[in-house]
Amino acid sequence: MGSIINAQQIINGLQLGSIYALIALGYTMVYGIVRLINFAHGDFYMIGAYAAYGAFFLFNAVLGGAGGPMAVATLLFAMLAGLSIAALTNRFAYRPLRYKPKLSSLITAIGVSMFIEYVFSATPFIGASFRAFPAIIPQSLFKIGSATVSNYVVIDLAVAGTLMIGLTVLVKWTKLGKAMRAVSQDKDAARLMGIDIEKVISATFMIGGAFAGAAGLLAGMTYPRIFPYMGILPGLKAFIAAVLGGIGNIPGAMLGAYIMGLAETFASAYNSLLGEGIAFAILILVLLVRPRGLLGEKTADKI
Amino acid sequence: MEYKPVLQTLKRIGSWIVFPLLSVGDIVGRKTGRNMPRLTLAALGIYLYIYVLGSTGVFNGYVMHIINLSLIYVALAASLNLINGITGQFSLGHMGFAAVGAYVSGTFTTLLFKLNPSVPGAYLVFVGAIVAGGVAAALMGVLIGFPSLRLKGDYLAIVTLGFGEIIRTILNNISYVGGPRGLLGIPKFSNFTIIFAAAFLTILVIRNLVHSSHGRAFLAIRENELAAELAGIDTTRYKVLSFAIGAGFAGVAGGLFAHLLQMAHPTQYGFMGSVMVLIMVYAGGVGSLTGSIIAAFSLTFLSEGLRGVLDGLGELTNLPLGDLRMVIYALLLILIMLFRTEGLMGNKESKLLMLPEDKR
Repeated sequence: MGSIINAQQIINGLQLGSIYALIALGYTMVYGIVRLINFAHGDFYMIGAYAAYGAFFLFNAVLGGAGGPMAVATLLFAMLAGLSIAALTNRFAYRPLRYKPKLSSLITAIGVSMFIEYVFSATPFIGASFRAFPAIIPQSLFKIGSATVSNYVVIDLAVAGTLMIGLTVLVKWTKLGKAMRAVSQDKDAARLMGIDIEKVISATFMIGGAFAGAAGLLAGMTYPRIFPYMGILPGLKAFIAAVLGGIGNIPGAMLGAYIMGLAETFASAYNSLLGEGIAFAILILVLLVRPRGLLGEKTADKI
Repeated sequence: MEYKPVLQTLKRIGSWIVFPLLSVGDIVGRKTGRNMPRLTLAALGIYLYIYVLGSTGVFNGYVMHIINLSLIYVALAASLNLINGITGQFSLGHMGFAAVGAYVSGTFTTLLFKLNPSVPGAYLVFVGAIVAGGVAAALMGVLIGFPSLRLKGDYLAIVTLGFGEIIRTILNNISYVGGPRGLLGIPKFSNFTIIFAAAFLTILVIRNLVHSSHGRAFLAIRENELAAELAGIDTTRYKVLSFAIGAGFAGVAGGLFAHLLQMAHPTQYGFMGSVMVLIMVYAGGVGSLTGSIIAAFSLTFLSEGLRGVLDGLGELTNLPLGDLRMVIYALLLILIMLFRTEGLMGNKESKLLMLPEDKR
């Protein structure tokens, strides 16, 4: 086993975990507030990757040359794309169903997910085929001990870390964050306290979408291959990470995502079939042993 | 093609076969006060009608193929309706069960006929293989039914989705059944007769089940699980039972599907396949078998029609329009949910599929 768990694998796992964490946060926040598994969330991530791809070539043509400021602009663009698609989806697909049976929103979410994927693959200048993602920042490698680290690892961890700290600050210390927590605890009471619920829900979707967009850019850079269905599996795995941490719980999603990233990296190193299936194995185990997740709070069923 | 003789043939066959059978069924039904004779004879009439049209060449092979596909989808949608619509659980991995049936029966017949192409009673062996596939799928249903003891709603959806993906991954990695290439060279045994019989049997069993005491238990669980439990219903047992029966019929349908296309491929049984069946159930109406039948037929025909139209347009304009088919499907699903959440038929059932005294 010593050959499987080593510094290199841990670094790879943390890198994968950062991407999962950014996606998982969107799932967990939306679930915490509207109790909906947003199946289309993985596609927000895909859109982020495509937006970054487009923005990079646009900026490159207009301004010329790759570099730091342009990478930041591309990141902002990807986040903006994720944010907009999340807001639109919420407004036109989920909001009309807010007070209908929960399963109808879930099915709509599946529909939205399919819709986004197939629109992308049917659009002639996007197409269903793989695309190579450009190197927005030139890659450089250096060594820490026996492990080879690329600057992308540092970027992934830094961007994910910054965004997660920003989110924690937002949720804990701002008025919007307070409103979000209030709505997730009790919608009706929050409404009675004068909180505009729809605005809070919309803001939550936007934050989640922006995070997914950022994750799309990072994933595109790290694993330089994008295609319209790239969001399905990472989306599912990030969701499982959110369940593992306790869905609706923000630190839980981060913890779950890193555990998931590490577990998947180790499992793939051991056996590729195991790597594909470990996420679902974790899910079934968690749901059977501890359905509320690692950090989830126990809630009694209301009758 | 001149359509006048076709139309005349249609009419003639209709008046010679279907109407006498329907009226006999009606008379017997009225005499005995039961719906069963009516239902059976109506099905027999429809079967003979299509069979004659198929064998006289009014419907060509392509149309018959689409009808066969539709009937397989009827069985899949009706069996999913038992789990999702009638028992109120939420399964997203229905094609996983169909895959079990397809691969079990497909492997069996392929092996057998490779060893000995002239097995005596080949057709019976085939039927046995299909049934074995159904039983294997039902066992999987029991296995996946157990998590449903503890999980509800969206959690259950995710677990069943994960189950479907696990099945697909496993099939992808067993080289014995072809791995990612799929299981090829399955003998073509499925024909209109057996597919029709299977679809009819599925509908019949589920219809009778709904009107039995078991069915009442399923409905009670759907309406309010807690109340059902307090009324003395063993909810665990009935949920597992519902999964097992639904999975079993899906397995049979999967087996027929594999023997119709003469191949089984892991991607056919992935998430998208399950979603297609799901769309049929929700478009037709949750809990309505009539709705499932109508939706299975109309969506299969729509899909094939769109394929023709879009491929034609795509060739003219040189654009990859084939993918638009799925865009239209997705849009359809969203619009149904937004504007007619209860589906086409809602909770209503055709008179033929109800008990005579039932008025819903």
